[in-house]
Amino acid sequence: MNRTLTKPIADDLIRPLFQTSIWFYAIVFAAATVVACGAAAWGYQIWFGIGVAGIRWPVFWGFYLVNFVFWIGISHAGTLISAILRLVNAGWRRPVTRCAEAITVFALMIGAMFPIIHLGRPWLAFWLFPYPNAREIWPNFRSPLAWDFFAINTYLTGSVLFLFLPMIPDFALVRDRSTGWRRTVYGFLAFGWRGTTKQWNRLESAMQIMAVAILPVAVSVHTIVAFDFSMAAVPMWHSTIFGPYFVAGAIFSGIAALIIAMAVLRKTLGLEKYLLPLHFDNLGKLMLLMCILWAYFVFAERLTVWYGNEPSEMAVFWATQRGAYAPFYWTMVVCNFVIPFIILANPRTRTILGCVIASFGVLIGMWLERFLIIVPSLAHKQLPYSWGSYEPRPTEIVIMAATFAGMVLLYALFSKFVPIIAIWELKAGLPSRLDPASQTEASLLATRLDTESFPPESGMPKGAHR
Amino acid sequence: MTAVYGLYDDPHVAQQAVDNLRAAGVADADITVISSEPFDHFEFGHRDAKTAMPWIAVGAAAVGLVLSYYLLGASQRSWPLVTSGMPIVPNWTNLIIVFEMTMLSAILATVVTLLVTAGLPSRGGKIYDPEVSDGYILVGVENPADADRLEPALAIAGGRVKRT
Repeated sequence: MNRTLTKPIADDLIRPLFQTSIWFYAIVFAAATVVACGAAAWGYQIWFGIGVAGIRWPVFWGFYLVNFVFWIGISHAGTLISAILRLVNAGWRRPVTRCAEAITVFALMIGAMFPIIHLGRPWLAFWLFPYPNAREIWPNFRSPLAWDFFAINTYLTGSVLFLFLPMIPDFALVRDRSTGWRRTVYGFLAFGWRGTTKQWNRLESAMQIMAVAILPVAVSVHTIVAFDFSMAAVPMWHSTIFGPYFVAGAIFSGIAALIIAMAVLRKTLGLEKYLLPLHFDNLGKLMLLMCILWAYFVFAERLTVWYGNEPSEMAVFWATQRGAYAPFYWTMVVCNFVIPFIILANPRTRTILGCVIASFGVLIGMWLERFLIIVPSLAHKQLPYSWGSYEPRPTEIVIMAATFAGMVLLYALFSKFVPIIAIWELKAGLPSRLDPASQTEASLLATRLDTESFPPESGMPKGAHR
Repeated sequence: MTAVYGLYDDPHVAQQAVDNLRAAGVADADITVISSEPFDHFEFGHRDAKTAMPWIAVGAAAVGLVLSYYLLGASQRSWPLVTSGMPIVPNWTNLIIVFEMTMLSAILATVVTLLVTAGLPSRGGKIYDPEVSDGYILVGVENPADADRLEPALAIAGGRVKRT
């Protein structure tokens, strides 16, 4: 064994970097156009003031904060899932991790933009930063917004490094197979990587340590985002359950985003041999677990509020159960629980298509959940004279659409310039590379990768290692 | 730099080449093995496996914890504004930032240790062959005292010997 098995894998996964279809340009153009519209809308808001958005008394947190929470939640797709699967040595993680980690980085970047957009005067964003200045203003470290700054930046830094480090060997591989400007660029990104045993051992040690370190950071990030709400004495926000509730929801929506991204990549980049139905089945099971957990949290939260029967909380409760926000609430329940549970609990419907349909439902449902946490509570504060409503304006809607397009754009460009599956990790997981004495789930999956992706008729010497 | 090395497409053969070099009297530290993937289940894949990286990460985390704790406390005492009736140095809320800085210190220390101990970034000038990226495993010796004597050790079935 058998370079003849591993070389086609590298060839397959590098091919998208050198061949560009017309669809790539079409997607990039369309997404870039929407992003440009979003930038124009933001410019319009900066020029004319935050009044062009729909946020006004008493609902000062609207679409921007909904999207902030939503995107930070989506960011839990990657690094968290990747770190867990890496630590438990789940073999099926190998083709999935990089797709997931890229989502984390881009979603965090997009999510972190929203508080700045929401400021109205973004040039004052530096007031959030911990710097000693001449006016003797120091950030209020007791404020959840300052915690956000530290948590999001720690998670972003960790996630970027967690994504970048395992890419170095793949950059070296592309460097050696390319010429011209590509060789220069990938050579620079490869940091002079050679692949000595020392380098491999250090890289693997570093990834293990970072997986251990990044897990609690990931949990802390969304807990702190939950603290933005639960530290305030606003009806249905001031709840001890919010931290874990937000984390569960974040992982739930993160898995949904990952499944959709994987399904799209599988089709557009021809990765059917690597992103197998088994991967979707496993992620579908994980999403089913989170679906049940999410329902448990919603029930626990709603039951406690209803049983407490506190007037100001009941106003929000009934507004969402059977008032003006009820259509959104019940759509959320259907999208987050009914649809995914029915599809994912049945192994026959837990197919790639089934998982994608359930995932779209979850993304819609989780966005609505963020909306329902923020807007009804602000619209129904303790004193009825301060009640109000919120209607998003075109500026907010365009900026929101631009962030979704921005995600598509960033992901398309990333998959164009970086092997979207970690080539060295995939090769290292093949059964021929594993210790026969420890043939576990990892090797079973890898065996399936060998037999399903490279059947005997493909000419691959798949039996060479057996 | 001069070098003599063999390229092998089978890790078992590469392991044999490493063993042959040792038998020929080459010190373990002088043998270079380069591959496009880690080979954890071969003996040559465990060379240089010992590392203090976890301890460095733990040490950096401890330093981050102490520094951020004192920096936060010092800055809060410098501008003692009472907020929401909380103490000037509220440990409950400071713990959140201290935690983030602790983990960030561990992560950054890990990355720096990786770069330093793995010799990255490197400007080249060391033994390498682009065919490694095609899946070959390179086993060789840099600046060998007697390359002619090492060639037979590397010239085994399933391999090609090269000299630079």
